[in-house]
Amino acid sequence: MKNILSILAGLLLSTVTTLAQADINILACEPEWGALAQEIGGNKVKVHNATTALQDPHHIEARPSLIAKARNADMLICTGAELEIGWLPLLLKKSGNAAIQKGQAGHFMATDYVQLKNKLAKVDRSMGDVHAGGNPHIQTDPRNILQVSDALLQKMMQVDAAQAAHYQQNHQAFKQRWQQAMQTWQQKAQALKNTPIVVHHDSWVYLTQWLGLKQIATLEPKPGIPPSGKHLSTLLQQLKQTPAEMIIYSSYQNPRSANWLAQKAGIPAVEMPATVGGTANSKNLFSLFDDMISRLLAAKR
Amino acid sequence: MNKKLLVVAISSSLLTSVAYAETKTNEGNWKSSIIMEGLYVDRNEGELSIHGMPSGGHNHGLQDGLQAGHNEVVITGNITDKFGARITTAITEKAEEEGNGIEVELEEAFIESQGLGQGFDIKAGRFYTDLGYLSSKHNHEWDFADQPLVYEAMFGVHPTGDGVQFAYLAPTDTFLKIGTELFFDEKFPSGKVNNSLSAATVYAKIGGDIGTDHSWLAGIGRWQANNIRRDGEMHSHGHDEHHDEEAGETPQFSGDSSINTISAVYKWAPNGNPKQRNFKLYAEYFQRDEDGVVNMLEPDGAIAETSSYNGDQSGWYAQAVYQFHPHWRVGVRHDRLKINNTGSDEEVLEEAGLHSEGHTPKRDSLMLDYSPREYSRLRLQYNRDERTETPDDQVILQYVHSFGSHGAHAF
Repeated sequence: MKNILSILAGLLLSTVTTLAQADINILACEPEWGALAQEIGGNKVKVHNATTALQDPHHIEARPSLIAKARNADMLICTGAELEIGWLPLLLKKSGNAAIQKGQAGHFMATDYVQLKNKLAKVDRSMGDVHAGGNPHIQTDPRNILQVSDALLQKMMQVDAAQAAHYQQNHQAFKQRWQQAMQTWQQKAQALKNTPIVVHHDSWVYLTQWLGLKQIATLEPKPGIPPSGKHLSTLLQQLKQTPAEMIIYSSYQNPRSANWLAQKAGIPAVEMPATVGGTANSKNLFSLFDDMISRLLAAKR
Repeated sequence: MNKKLLVVAISSSLLTSVAYAETKTNEGNWKSSIIMEGLYVDRNEGELSIHGMPSGGHNHGLQDGLQAGHNEVVITGNITDKFGARITTAITEKAEEEGNGIEVELEEAFIESQGLGQGFDIKAGRFYTDLGYLSSKHNHEWDFADQPLVYEAMFGVHPTGDGVQFAYLAPTDTFLKIGTELFFDEKFPSGKVNNSLSAATVYAKIGGDIGTDHSWLAGIGRWQANNIRRDGEMHSHGHDEHHDEEAGETPQFSGDSSINTISAVYKWAPNGNPKQRNFKLYAEYFQRDEDGVVNMLEPDGAIAETSSYNGDQSGWYAQAVYQFHPHWRVGVRHDRLKINNTGSDEEVLEEAGLHSEGHTPKRDSLMLDYSPREYSRLRLQYNRDERTETPDDQVILQYVHSFGSHGAHAF
């Protein structure tokens, strides 16, 4: 009984401390949005990421820990466009939290502020795990990050009006640094233009477009359907006709198929951080793109 | 048999699980899904009732042969921005003892709040109790083709009731939820009551993560029903000698009943990414106390025999499921019940199906399932079922497929 009481007292205490902090709690579905919120929020926000770069954001579970985080969040920042459809609706429903529900200022979906590629008029299961609203993997183009940051600033100022000036200042500084960095990246990546690549999942269309890469095939026969031996050997034949220079896969994907094909085709397989934390070097949004480009360049040589 | 085959064939274009990357089937404000099950069962002859356990009087049980199983139609939608609704209807084939034919059952039909604020949640209507871990999960969410023996013994077919549920999620870093439910129907394991409240529950759940790879959930709960009367239905489908001799008599229980439960769930996924490999271990324990009188009634309602009755029934299961390769899972389960009912007249208890007859029911199960996509699953299961003294070797081949979207499954 004593134990139970001390646990309850501990819980109560942690509740009180949570309430005492004026900082806003942000739950980010993916690390890139957590990192962006941190750039804008600085020391006035407490950010928790629901997923890591080593998790497939399509396929995590609405774990009790995440429901607790959603309960206490002042703001929810996600990709949207059905990327999180397997778990986010459940988090929202079970959170008992009015502030982060759809339609509220605390509900932010990044894909609402970006022109999505690959929109589909009609979707059925024979097409694989496709999203009618378009390809949701927008974070691999830094121009999208910039666009989202503008919209996010507005929402954060709404949620936490008291710190509006602070957020504006941080955002201004971030924007400047980001635009400079984008120039550097684009210069560095000149050499990558028109490089034919094979990707594991169709999640690099925005990067491809930004850098002018040419995606010629995917390891998955259809989106979300794991690579099959049959599909891989067809790809190998295809690569003999139209060669690619590298195969790209995300840190959360099983590298086996990429490695197999890379070895057979005699081209490199490149592990790419799909988001912050995907590789040891991708510690924030800036180093994420630094790392992506240097990995592509290394494979190109 | 041809009709059955046809049903299975139609169904096999149908049902199970998740909405993962599923897209909306309706552009409007409601969504629907159909969950289809086809079953092939091979089992020895023998009864499926458990001596000593009051039965819900309604047992889907495992029937031999090829059959359309438990087919669900689920409709969900928003009523307002704060309330949503869900209706789940099951279509099954009746057991042979119940005269075959198609049976339609309203499993759930409720409205529930979403994002009410301050951690509060309300549900009203017909719903599965949140008392235990599996209690709120539908058939197609189970990791085995059949439910744990203790669920069958404690709640009958489904742990469902008509009432209201209030839940509160604490504003803590650790997941902590408390809830209470009030039921007003007469469904088993409750019964007829004089006032309107037929049963009530209280429960608490706590859970969290340990690092990125491990997550857990634990719960305790209590279900209680006072001054209830269960007629006839508690009599199991048994065909023991006493029954045949005095076929005209039906049992009736009046008194108090309560169930206490604890549950624990542990899940593992490397880096928290369950897609490739994951592991799930869970166990639940239930213990029922009943205190009252059992009467054997003549067809005209007169009391033929009577006994005091002190029910002491408990049971647990533990099961582990391992996804060793994408799409492939293996599972193992152990079920065990313990019955120690006492009363002033043991013969009356025996006639009423409330005597354990010295047997400890248990069951061991193995399963292997393959899910080419999130929404279809083929499962092969073997049970060594010793619920009665005659062991029953059961082989079950199950196919489950879901059309449409009914939302993701809870942890």
